[in-house]
Parts: sequence; C-alpha cells; structure tokens
Amino acid sequence: MADTIASDDPFSGDERRTLLALVGAVIPASAKHAVPGADDPAIAADIVATARPYHETIAAALSHLESMAMQRFDTGYADLDPVSRARLARELTRSRFAGVGTLVTITAQCYYRDDRVMQSLGMDARPPFPQGFDVPQGDWSLLDPVRRRGRIYKIP
Amino acid sequence: MTDSVDVLIVGAGASGAAVAWSLAETRMRIVCLEQGDWMNPLEYPSTGRDWEARGFGDMSISPNRRGRETDYPVNDANSPISVANFNAVGGSTILYAGHFPRFHPSDFRVKTLDGVADDWPIDYQTLEPFYAENDRMMGTSGLAGDPAYPPKESVMPPVPLGRAGEAIAKGFNELGWHWWPSDTAIATEAYDGRDKCINLGACSSGCAQGAKASTDITYWPHAVRAGVEVRTRCRVREIAVNGQGMASGVVYFDRDGVEHFQPAEVVIVACNGVGTPRLLLNSTSGRFPDGIANTSGLVGRNLMFHPYASIQGVFDEPLDGYQGPGVCIWSQEFYETDPNRDFVRGYTYEINRGRGPVATALAGMFSDRIPFGDGHHDAYRQLFKRIAGMVGICEDLPEEHNTVTLDPELTDGHGIPAPRIDYTLSENSRRMLDHAVARATEVLEAAGAKDVITEAPIGVGGWHLMGTARMGIDPERSVVNEWGRSHDVRNLFIVDGSIFVTSAGVNPTRTIQALALYIADSMKNRLANLFD
Repeated sequence: MADTIASDDPFSGDERRTLLALVGAVIPASAKHAVPGADDPAIAADIVATARPYHETIAAALSHLESMAMQRFDTGYADLDPVSRARLARELTRSRFAGVGTLVTITAQCYYRDDRVMQSLGMDARPPFPQGFDVPQGDWSLLDPVRRRGRIYKIP
Repeated sequence: MTDSVDVLIVGAGASGAAVAWSLAETRMRIVCLEQGDWMNPLEYPSTGRDWEARGFGDMSISPNRRGRETDYPVNDANSPISVANFNAVGGSTILYAGHFPRFHPSDFRVKTLDGVADDWPIDYQTLEPFYAENDRMMGTSGLAGDPAYPPKESVMPPVPLGRAGEAIAKGFNELGWHWWPSDTAIATEAYDGRDKCINLGACSSGCAQGAKASTDITYWPHAVRAGVEVRTRCRVREIAVNGQGMASGVVYFDRDGVEHFQPAEVVIVACNGVGTPRLLLNSTSGRFPDGIANTSGLVGRNLMFHPYASIQGVFDEPLDGYQGPGVCIWSQEFYETDPNRDFVRGYTYEINRGRGPVATALAGMFSDRIPFGDGHHDAYRQLFKRIAGMVGICEDLPEEHNTVTLDPELTDGHGIPAPRIDYTLSENSRRMLDHAVARATEVLEAAGAKDVITEAPIGVGGWHLMGTARMGIDPERSVVNEWGRSHDVRNLFIVDGSIFVTSAGVNPTRTIQALALYIADSMKNRLANLFD
C-alpha cells in the first residue's frame, strides 16, 4: 500500500512530525489488545501516502493544530503529553476545521486494514474476494406470525 | 456524419439496457451511446485490502467525489440531499445495493386514494408482466407470499437472514409488525452465467463475484449478442431536431473529444432523473428554445429523491458486520397512508446487515462513541460487528419547485453545462422521517439494542432520481405520454426514472426497468404507426 519515495512526499519534516503525533493521539497503541498505534511506521507510511492528494488542506489543519498547542501550552503539538494531544485533536475535529475530518478518515482507513489490527479483531487478513464469507441462514420460522396476520396492502 | 441508425439509445444503465434488449428482437439497427466504460469486476474494491477506502474515493457514490473522467459534476449545494450515481455500462446498478422491491398497486393511484400529487396513466396490472420479465432477466431472489404485495413469484431463494436479520426480525415480531425477506437483485444460485453470492459484503462498490445484477452482466450480454452496438466513452451533448420537429439524431463527443453527429430514426433517452433533464435542457433550437420536449415547461421540475432516515442499533452480541449482502429483510408496516398519522403516504424499512471495520470506526469517532486516545480500542470493540439497523425510504411527493436546471458556470470535461439541483425537504417528508426514526428505534430496542444512532435525512443519500420528465396523458401537465413518447417530438422516447409521476416508498430500479420493457413493448406493437 505505502509505496512512496521521499521526493514524492509533499509533507515537510515538521508537517510529518505533527501528523504522526496527531494520528498516534487519535489511535494509540494498546498492549491490552496487542495492536500498534496509527503512528506505527508501516501504518503511518500508508497514511502519509494516502493523504498526499489532500496535502494542502491537511497541512493547513496541522498548522492550525500547532498554533493551538503554542497558544495553550507554549510548546509544539508533538511535544505535548498524549492526553493533551488527544484532547486538542478532538477539539479540532469537532470544529470541522477543513482537512481534519479527511485526515481522521484516512487514519481509520489505513489503520483498520493493517494485518495486525485485523487479526486482533478476529478477521482474516485478506480482501473479501475471492473467498467470501459464511453467513448463517437464520431461523425462517420467525416468519410464522407474519404469515398468520395476512394481507396488509391496499387495493385501489 | 455517420450512417443513420434505426434506434439511438443514450445511456447504458438500468433502463437503457432493458429497452435495448427488448427492441433487439425487431432486428432494427440499434446503437447505445454511453459516456462511461465497461467495468472490469476484477478491479472492484472487494478484490483488495483497501475495499472500504475506495468507497470514499474512485468508487464513491458521489460523482463529485469520484471525479472520474467519465463523470459529470453536479452542483447540489442548494439541496440537503446530494446526488448519487455512477456512469458506466450498467450505470448506477454497478453501485446499487440490489434491494429490489416493486411498487404497490396503491402507488399508481395516490391522487385517488389520498388527494395528493397525480395518478399514473398506467397501473400495477399493466406493469405486472414486465416486472416478471425483468425478474427473469435480472435474476431476482426472494420469497413468495409477502403479505405486503399481490402474489408474485421469485426466481431464486432469498439471501440469508443471518444474525442481524434474525435479531431485527425478532424486534418486529415483538411489536407485531410486518417484515419479510427482501426481494434482491442478487443471485443466490448460479444463474444465467453468473456465480452465486458468496457474501463479499461490498455490494455497493461493485460485485466482483458477479452475483449482483448490474446490467453490464445481465441484459447487455444478451443485447450485444442480438446485435445491439454499445459505444463507450461517448458523451451526448444534445439531441438535434429537423425542420419537421422530429429528432434527427444526437451530437456527441467520442473518447478523443472529437465531435460527431449520429443520425437516428428514433432517439431513446435513458439517463435517469438528473441526466435526462440535463440533456433535454441542453438541446435547444429555434423550435425548442427552452429545451427539447419541454413545451409543458416541466422538464427538470418535480425532482423527487427518497429522503432516507438511517436508524442503527448497537447490540451486545456480535452480528454479521461486514459479511454478507448489506440487504436482508424489509418492513412495509408503515407503507400505506394512515389517516391517524400526521403525513400522507409512507415508507419502507430496508434492514441493513452491518458495517465494515472502517465504517464502524468512523461512525464511532464522529459520533463521540469512540474516543480519541485512551479508550479507543475498548470502545471500538463495543461497536465492531455489533451495529445493525435499517434505513427508512420515504415517499417523496412531486413539487414543481424541486428542480434540475443547467448551472450557469459549471461544466463537464467537454464544456457541456452541468446540472444544478435546487431541492427543499417538504414538511410531509420531514414528518415521515421523524416517524420512521421513532418507530425504528422501538424495533431496535425491542430487538435488544442498547444504543441507537440516527441520521435523517441522509445527506449523501440521493440514490433515487425521479420525476423530472413525468409521464401523463395531458401534454400541458406531462412531458411524455402513457407509453413514454414525448408529447412534443414523436420519435423521442424516455424510459428512465425521470418519467415517474410519483416516487412510491421503495427503491425504484425494478420499476424503472419494468417501465422500460413496457415502453419497448408498446413501441414494438406500434412499429407500423409509431410516429402517428
């Protein structure tokens, strides 16, 4: 998925640092569930590659996030503690600042297709096709009361 | 100048495919111009790990988000519901869910029954044989005996109830309300060269298995074998008229952007409720300065969506999630008008099986049910495979101020004016949406849901585009007659959702196709005097 060489990357070093801090704050690693965070190198590379077409609006959001951090805490966003980073990220998302929703969406898209994450959820790490899935028929006798009630459509 | 053809069809979607196949037996020379491509199912999202992400990108239901070369933009900024469609051989059947109900007998008589809108110039009995013919061609699955419908057969057994269908069916039973296995355009057995459904779950971004009945794999192979020619990447700019006021053919751009004129004896428009009025309004001439077939002034008016309500429950136990066709059962408990309610007409509940892992995360994070940071994973696991619910598909009544017009600035890649949508949700629709949300919440709670997530109307839910070139007997109050021929131009026909007089409260594709077959049959029966 992530197939980016450095020269293709429109994100500057500072933007990338803020971006990784943000996605790691949105979805952190969990020892309990044995999953990486969204700032895991493989997942982050996927996020950066996927976010490339939206660089302009995402960069504006990252810049705004940095301003918020400087204003509130007098330090850069990436240097904040995890709780403060998550709180600012949530606040920016709720404000519907352009680009944040896009980045959160991309983060979820890339995170929840990672092998380790899928396996922790009990999923096979594969696309749906060609194996497909088994779905039980269910209990068709549940229709009995519907049948007993009889016709409900109108005849004009 | 190209050789003249007998029949020129614009659009290779649900209706264009059906009318082409039906007319093919006449041995006339038939050409269909389609602005999109033939799709390759091996490139559909379900073949890749990024299958959910692509539903937000190149396989999005929104033409504005997709932005493919084969799409045209739509200015729907002045509408609470945005347009969904797809441009390819197969049209929007490539992306539809395959939920496939018929209209009801009462849907054709709303003026008589409820004093609103207009009656159709045809009735359920007229369409019934064409519904059945379409069922055979598309390969429908379902269960005979639904008490919400007159008797009808099903070609194949229904899709499985699954865990989600079973849970929600119990909720309906608890309340004593109607439900039934949905009729679907999904093959549950091998059928007409198609493989049976293997529960990929990604129906709405193209079926790689070929189980879902998109018309590129149902009607078109038969029509092409019978001699119909499909020209892809051909975008029609306008329908031309001759000195006698008849359609003389169409002007179109080919894949290289080269402009052509294709003469034709008969022109059939099959671009649905937004594409069709756009083409008619773009077809101006000295004789038709306000657009072809628009003497009534009704081309582009009476746009109907189906306002959708989404009501999703969160359950304690894992259900089907992303596995299986999204559709499974329906309820028409609140379909017919009830004078005790504060709205007329009604709606269908289409029960949804579940969501994929990404959609689950987004639903949770954007509704504050999944926090950022600590607690994300525990909260996520409370939702994953545990969300199931339904959408309420509300009948939208025709109102002339809901319109498709030509945008004064926006154009497509060929410089053709793009459509602009101006649409207001009616008070009747708003009350119906509220009712649908409240009753569905009761069902989900009866089924054991511990939390309910709602959205009404669904902002991106303009899947159904109807009414903008309505059918009728009176030329002053309709655009086409009771068998689809323009009142103004006797060799111009329209066969898609734009000719709907009312919208009913069900997904429209099965009726669009039955109408297309009925119009084709009417044409075949009148070949000797088609233009009289």
